[in-house]
Amino acid sequence: MQSKLKQGTAHIARLGRKGCDAMEALGRAGVFLAQSAVGIPSREGWGLWLKQVHFVGVLSLAIVLVSGLFIGMVLALQGYTILVDFGAEQALGQMVALSLLRELAPVVAALLFAGRAGSALTAEIGLMKATEQLTSMEMIGVDPLRRVVAPRLWAGFVALPILTVGFSVVGIWGGYLVGVEWLGVFEGSYWGNMQASVSFINDIGNGMIKSMVFAVVVTWIAVFQGYDLIPTSEGISRATTRTVVYSSLAVLGLDFVLTAVMFGGL
Amino acid sequence: MKRTKTMELGVGLFMLAGILGLVFLGLRVSGLTLSAPSETFRLEANFSNIGGLRPRARVTMAGVTVGRVEAIELDTEWYDARVVLSLNSDLEGQLSRDTTAAILTAGLLGEQYIGLSVGGDPDVLQDGDTIRDTQSALVLEELIQQFISNMVSN
Repeated sequence: MQSKLKQGTAHIARLGRKGCDAMEALGRAGVFLAQSAVGIPSREGWGLWLKQVHFVGVLSLAIVLVSGLFIGMVLALQGYTILVDFGAEQALGQMVALSLLRELAPVVAALLFAGRAGSALTAEIGLMKATEQLTSMEMIGVDPLRRVVAPRLWAGFVALPILTVGFSVVGIWGGYLVGVEWLGVFEGSYWGNMQASVSFINDIGNGMIKSMVFAVVVTWIAVFQGYDLIPTSEGISRATTRTVVYSSLAVLGLDFVLTAVMFGGL
Repeated sequence: MKRTKTMELGVGLFMLAGILGLVFLGLRVSGLTLSAPSETFRLEANFSNIGGLRPRARVTMAGVTVGRVEAIELDTEWYDARVVLSLNSDLEGQLSRDTTAAILTAGLLGEQYIGLSVGGDPDVLQDGDTIRDTQSALVLEELIQQFISNMVSN
């Protein structure tokens, strides 16, 4: 009886310890973001930032654009088969554009970005930590937050919104290919209904705000997981997995909250 | 050094592509026009039932879009809907005082919009005036109810 009780309290204590650890990590992550995001690239940092934009942005372009094309095509195909039952296939352009701009482009681009660039950022910084490059930098008086972390953060902040724009454009074009060229929706009603229903500020603007929020969250998680991991090979692999899992969950959860605020009239 | 040059070029093109993409979305997808927003003037109209009319809905005349619905609010004096319209300023001083406004529906289930038609009064509507002669939205449920009650009484 006594030992059972002791075991029970030990479980509760462990739960509390877990909660404390999680809060502590959140606090560390917040301080980390504040400290590194103020390191706006200086003159030499400009080159570092450029290199990171090239890595996380330009090199992610191919996967993002190809996914955008296929998602636009699938949307048009599915939308057409449903809308044609109601004789409303003219609304295809509106449906494709609104679902891409409001939801799919920001979310899917952020998920792809987390998988393609976020995991790489975590692994890279993690390996730097494991091989004590970060400590050596501190020894010679270079702040690793400024030299390593800040350029990567700012590169992510800039790259993801641009990738999202590309995703939308290619997706709408893919919808056009399937809807107009293949299924024979009238071209004028595809673009006309789209232009009549899409508002620049409410749809494109809100989509861009979403994308910026996701950019901050995904890059922050990726870089922090790399900076904060246990410097062993197992630690690196765990941190990389955590980056993808946490950022996917954060993107999907935040998307609901942002949608509720922007379009749900909350 | 050469490597950084091509990289810089790549990043530059990437940014440019982003801006061009945004311009495409603005012009082609949301139908923004680069011309300055045209001058408008406001008219008000009271409807006893607006059905599914929304702010930003079109205002048309002979099928041509001449403005949009600015705001919709409840008039607590008469308990009907006060709709504020903003119309192209070309029409200011052109619409006769007995112009009628009707809430119409595009197709059977489509969006609702306002159709204006001019009358013959020599007096004209000015900025801020109220259109007197209005025709409310056609609410499908009420029609069906009328139809059924007619059938029953027959």
